[in-house]
Amino acid sequence: MLALIWLIPVLPLAGFLCLVLLGRRLPPAVVAALGPGPVGLSMVASLLVTAAFLHAPPAGLSYSQALWTWFDAGGLAPRLGFYLDGLSALMVVVVTVVAFLIHLYSTRFMAGDPGYARFFAYMNLFVGSMLILVLADNLLFLYLGWEGVGLCSYLLIGFWYKEPKNGRAAIKAFVVTRLGDTSLTLGFFLLFASLGTLQIQELTRRAAEVWVPGSLAATAAAALLLGGAVGKSAQLPLQTWLPDAMAGPTPVSALIHAATMVTAGVYLIARMSGLFLLAPYVQLAIALIGAVTLLIAGASALTQRDVKRVLAYSTMSQVGYMFLALGVGAWWAAIFHLVTHAFFKALLFLSAGVVIQALDEEHDIFKMGGLRKSLPVAFWTFLVGAASLSALPFVTAGFYSKDLILSLVGSSARGGTWLWMAGVLGAFLTALYAFRVVFVVFFGEQTRAVKERSTMAVKIPLLILALFAVGAGLFALPQTPGGAASLAALTQAVLPGVPPGTGLGPIAAETVTSLVPLLGILVAALFYLARPSSAAAMLRHRPFSALHGFWFSGWGFDLAYRTLFVDPFVRLARLNRADVIDFFYRGIARAAELGNRALVPTQSGNVRWYVMGIALGGAVLIAVVLFL
Amino acid sequence: MNSQIPLEHGMALAAVLLLLGLVGVLVRRDAVFILLSLEIMLNAAGLAFIAAGARWAQADGQVMFLFILAVAAAEVSIGLALVLWLYHWHKTVDIDRARSLRG
Repeated sequence: MLALIWLIPVLPLAGFLCLVLLGRRLPPAVVAALGPGPVGLSMVASLLVTAAFLHAPPAGLSYSQALWTWFDAGGLAPRLGFYLDGLSALMVVVVTVVAFLIHLYSTRFMAGDPGYARFFAYMNLFVGSMLILVLADNLLFLYLGWEGVGLCSYLLIGFWYKEPKNGRAAIKAFVVTRLGDTSLTLGFFLLFASLGTLQIQELTRRAAEVWVPGSLAATAAAALLLGGAVGKSAQLPLQTWLPDAMAGPTPVSALIHAATMVTAGVYLIARMSGLFLLAPYVQLAIALIGAVTLLIAGASALTQRDVKRVLAYSTMSQVGYMFLALGVGAWWAAIFHLVTHAFFKALLFLSAGVVIQALDEEHDIFKMGGLRKSLPVAFWTFLVGAASLSALPFVTAGFYSKDLILSLVGSSARGGTWLWMAGVLGAFLTALYAFRVVFVVFFGEQTRAVKERSTMAVKIPLLILALFAVGAGLFALPQTPGGAASLAALTQAVLPGVPPGTGLGPIAAETVTSLVPLLGILVAALFYLARPSSAAAMLRHRPFSALHGFWFSGWGFDLAYRTLFVDPFVRLARLNRADVIDFFYRGIARAAELGNRALVPTQSGNVRWYVMGIALGGAVLIAVVLFL
Repeated sequence: MNSQIPLEHGMALAAVLLLLGLVGVLVRRDAVFILLSLEIMLNAAGLAFIAAGARWAQADGQVMFLFILAVAAAEVSIGLALVLWLYHWHKTVDIDRARSLRG
């Protein structure tokens, strides 16, 4: 059964090929089957493989399958090979399940779009690339998936390409993540140059043998990999692309945020945990990046009016939690939060998509309101998602993962009180902005009529995801009902343990992390449910409105990058409009033209004249050979 | 085999033949005579090969001459075909009349 592993990424890729080659000629009903179909089969394959993996874990708790050698040059011979262990199995299950539900939802959501087949083609490629990324057993193959994911995000963010705004957002996402990718490539070069392999397991082993912890080379390599992860996962300072990425269709946002793209950075760091353990400074940087990102993104989410932008900032903030956990060495907690986040964030996006479509593409939450009665499915599922996002104690999956992160941040030797406080403050902000959206959109007076378009294809994914958003905490149980080791146990076996340290007592920390979300919901209820005008009244005061504007623009990062990088570059490009380097090449072209003009008269058409030329030329050549 | 005729003589004769042919090509305007002169030039080259092959007792010279014969035959067949077409179009074989490929 384990040998079926190659099917998991190949099926969506085959689906992509089919749709790309035949899509235009197929009727929409066939596309609606051919789009989610391969992803569904891939889900079945991944569940079968994982079940087999759990029931009879192979020796060494890992299984690898090499298809063939990609190329062999200069000592670099990467295989197209897959590697399955607890971590990649968990990722594969989450990615395929969430992706399949999103695909199912999209069959209805995208119905009637002229690019129906194109949409599913890109989505299939997206999922296939992510599965390659997750299953790859060497960094070069992983990089293939990594770049495929980047390409698909570009294609899908700019899916409605007739709006120039969408095209710009797509280019922004591509260029900003490319900065990270360049750093990642340099990291690969450094790893290969110093360790001589890109095979992940071999690499981690050799790194531990060759490099002492904290050495310059290990730090540099880990920092370069971190650069790539930061770009893909939209963390400080490369986070600016994510809010603009909302230009794509809503299922795309769900896919990018939940399953395929932003989690890639977290996965990369967890996969290379052995390397990052050798670079304590980089780990500290990861924790700091995570803490700062989760705070600034949380604050920005608080001020957004566009429901999808709120969710975008919230993704940034939740991935910030994962980075924080990775940084303090709570590897498993980060992956656990990745899993629960995948479910509740996909749920939030999909139910937001229902609301947006029911109101004719309305994104502004303040133009919604009172939709509780008219869109009950969207309301309940969004409420479940928001509760899970805010980590409502005991009943939601988000609570278990966030609580695990916060308690480990508090108790880990690499963590500390400051990081813990940042996390708690972030949890408060999370509950506040999540329930701000809930209260503004679903409570109050209904101002607009809705057109209910939900069908089973929309409701089923929402309900299943809602189930997971509540129950995904079960993933963390150490044993499956059958008594075999669970995925969590197998994943923890792959990842390093948390460095123990003295910190807050678990009971105190637990109490705080349980109470903080409730406090956030309470404040949100005070401002947006009890007295809806109070928030607007507050904004009339100067300092609040200035802060609001600052947070609304995402802490001015876009403006700063524009003035610091984009504008100078554009100015430089203008200066160099008549390209300096081109002078040389234009000179060559000019010389050739002049030469042509000078020599045209010799083409007289007179054969005997040509013979004369040949004879003289021959004589000159002979003279040169003889006398020089 | 010891050569009765020194290499220099053979080479000088070849050079003279080559020059005669070249002059023929240059001064004649009749396409048929130009072809004849070209044959002379080819034979001059062949003679040079034979002489050199004899001087160093190598068969290569004669092999090359066979090649030259083959090339010459091919060249004459194409050349004569061209001359026929020339005559067909211009009703003359004067090479100076065929100059429509002027640059």
